[in-house]
Amino acid sequence: MRATLALRASVLSALLLAGFILVWYAATLPKSAGPAVDPAYARLMGAATSPQGNGLPSPAAVGGVLLDHLRHPFFDKGPNDKGLGIQLAYSLARVMLGFLLAAIVAVPAGFLVGMSPLLRRALDPFIQVLKPISPLAWMPLALYTIKDSAISSIFVIFVCSIWPMLINTAFGVAATRREWLDVARTLEVSLWRRIFLVVLPAAAPTILTGMRISIGIAWLVIVAAEMLVGGTGIGYFVWNEWNNLSLSNVIVAILVIGVVGMLLDRMLALCARLVAYAE
Amino acid sequence: MSVGKEGRCACGQHASIEAHDAERLTEHMVEESLLRALMPHAQTRRAVLGVVGAGALLSALGDILPLGAVKALAQGAPGPLEKKALKIGFIPITCATPIIMAEPLGFYAKQGLEVQVIKTAGWAVIRDKAINGEYDAAHMLSPMPLAITLGAGAQPMPWTMPAIENINGQAITLAMKHKEKRDPREWKGMRFAVPFDYSMHNYLLRYYVAEHGIDPDKDIQIRAVPPPEMVANLRADNIDGYLGPDPFNQRAVYDGVGFIHLLTKELWDGHPCCAFAASRAFVKENPNTFHALLRAIVDATSYAAKAENRKEIAAAIAPTNYLNQPEVVVEQVLTGKFADGLGAIKDVPDRISFAPFPWRSMAIWILTQMQRWGQVKGDLDYRAVAEQVFLATEAGAVMREMGLAVPSGDSEGFDVMGKAFDPADPAKYLASFAIKHA
Repeated sequence: MRATLALRASVLSALLLAGFILVWYAATLPKSAGPAVDPAYARLMGAATSPQGNGLPSPAAVGGVLLDHLRHPFFDKGPNDKGLGIQLAYSLARVMLGFLLAAIVAVPAGFLVGMSPLLRRALDPFIQVLKPISPLAWMPLALYTIKDSAISSIFVIFVCSIWPMLINTAFGVAATRREWLDVARTLEVSLWRRIFLVVLPAAAPTILTGMRISIGIAWLVIVAAEMLVGGTGIGYFVWNEWNNLSLSNVIVAILVIGVVGMLLDRMLALCARLVAYAE
Repeated sequence: MSVGKEGRCACGQHASIEAHDAERLTEHMVEESLLRALMPHAQTRRAVLGVVGAGALLSALGDILPLGAVKALAQGAPGPLEKKALKIGFIPITCATPIIMAEPLGFYAKQGLEVQVIKTAGWAVIRDKAINGEYDAAHMLSPMPLAITLGAGAQPMPWTMPAIENINGQAITLAMKHKEKRDPREWKGMRFAVPFDYSMHNYLLRYYVAEHGIDPDKDIQIRAVPPPEMVANLRADNIDGYLGPDPFNQRAVYDGVGFIHLLTKELWDGHPCCAFAASRAFVKENPNTFHALLRAIVDATSYAAKAENRKEIAAAIAPTNYLNQPEVVVEQVLTGKFADGLGAIKDVPDRISFAPFPWRSMAIWILTQMQRWGQVKGDLDYRAVAEQVFLATEAGAVMREMGLAVPSGDSEGFDVMGKAFDPADPAKYLASFAIKHA
């Protein structure tokens, strides 16, 4: 029986995962105990003198921590100790807010830039300089001027998501086929109808691609921003567990960040499929 | 004085007219004695008051002195709280013990305050959040309120330090590979971390190596690294050691990546480290809340000072919501019975201690070191800055109120590495150092 390509691919994925976990498991097998030490001293030294000296947690340990988090995702034991679900919600809310604000600014601005060659040339140097700035570099300035850490992190998301959307929108708008615009002009369609019924549908796939890039970057940046400012969010969770050198929790957080990032990307990919068209 | 109906006072804040009158009287006495202290000659006083009026003069003075707070302190019993729900920022280190433990052990609640203690990622962030008003008060390094007031490394803003949190309690931790290099003269080219530029850690490390002929700016590298990240950096061989706060010295030992070279109490026994700080604006606008908060802090600090309470405190502050450290690590720091990382168990009960009184002589020492390393330039009125920032009077009043022993002065000399410091002559002290960058 010949398996389909999809099935064979999933089997290979599963094998790769199993192989990875096996190597991980072997690497974290308990080593033989070192020279005997005074038990009172050993108690004070904790992990350092225990057999598992290299500190990397085993797959089972990480799995246990993960299960624990999945079982109680929404506990709230005070301002500095909240469940993973609550932390994710904070991060997602920040990303969404910053992303939406960026979209509100970037899409119309992209239209302007795309439709007017003059504006495109005038704004190009600014965009080229601002685009490569690491969004985190804005953080000290934002904290100083905005005077609010929550708004500052949303601002950082805004700054990092605006450029891909703006550039893609401008590109999509500028690439609208001449014939379609000529037809619209022949039929004496008003400017607004031309924008909404001709240019927007034509540019939509490119705009959505820009949005996909933006949300990916925003999700990367929020983790770093929250590690810097602290308080709440998945980035803060990583930082807090890093303080405690609790690698199991850090690995769980890495996993969760990856899964959520993938879901965000899939969501926009679905939207992109809705507006796609064949010529 | 206006009289209300049915025995209620006019302002509505007191149970009876008598209570209202008594409070007005105390306030009046505070104001009166303040004016007398400023202008001891009756004739001058009358002449000045005749021209500007007592009210105008007092409100002008109120801009300089936290008059509301002084009045609230003089009355003993706190008036109605201006603000009950407060946010206090902290860095997860044992120096902040009183600020942190006051929440789980109920010291804030005892004063009628609802305080949330918020963990913060680093000193620069805590400074910015405090300046922005996101925190009502904050855990700071004792040099920070001085630096903020002087505008060194921050926009100048009048800041106050009503209480010191801990004395001693820091250590120099070195990576295991430097086991044999116990003499600082061999440290040329090594990379060290301190928590912040404006920290006792920075000044003590610089002082220590300079006494051994090492120029801290030329012969070694000193970087500011947030305390929680020090162990990870030491493990990654990104630094060779640090003078940092606990529990991160003990945590390096616990994780087998470093050993404790020396405790800072061996450099200056009784040195201040972290502090409880608030903006002058907060103190002025919320005198009663400030008073209640200071009571809670002084109360918690003197509770933490007692050795028999240390185990309970370690258990209270170790969980994720506060320090997020293994309890056995925190316990070693607070009880002073600890593994040094080289195989020995040491017993130093005063490895860390807690004493709230903000000695102005300590502020003056800190200012000399800021000048020594070029953080603050030009002439400085040491005594005036110390008086403005270190609120020894207020702290003393609260301590007296709570039946604690209060020092008679606010300034006393001490030794740092065997060298005497005279707070009355800081300029001479500063001039006596061979290595400096003023």
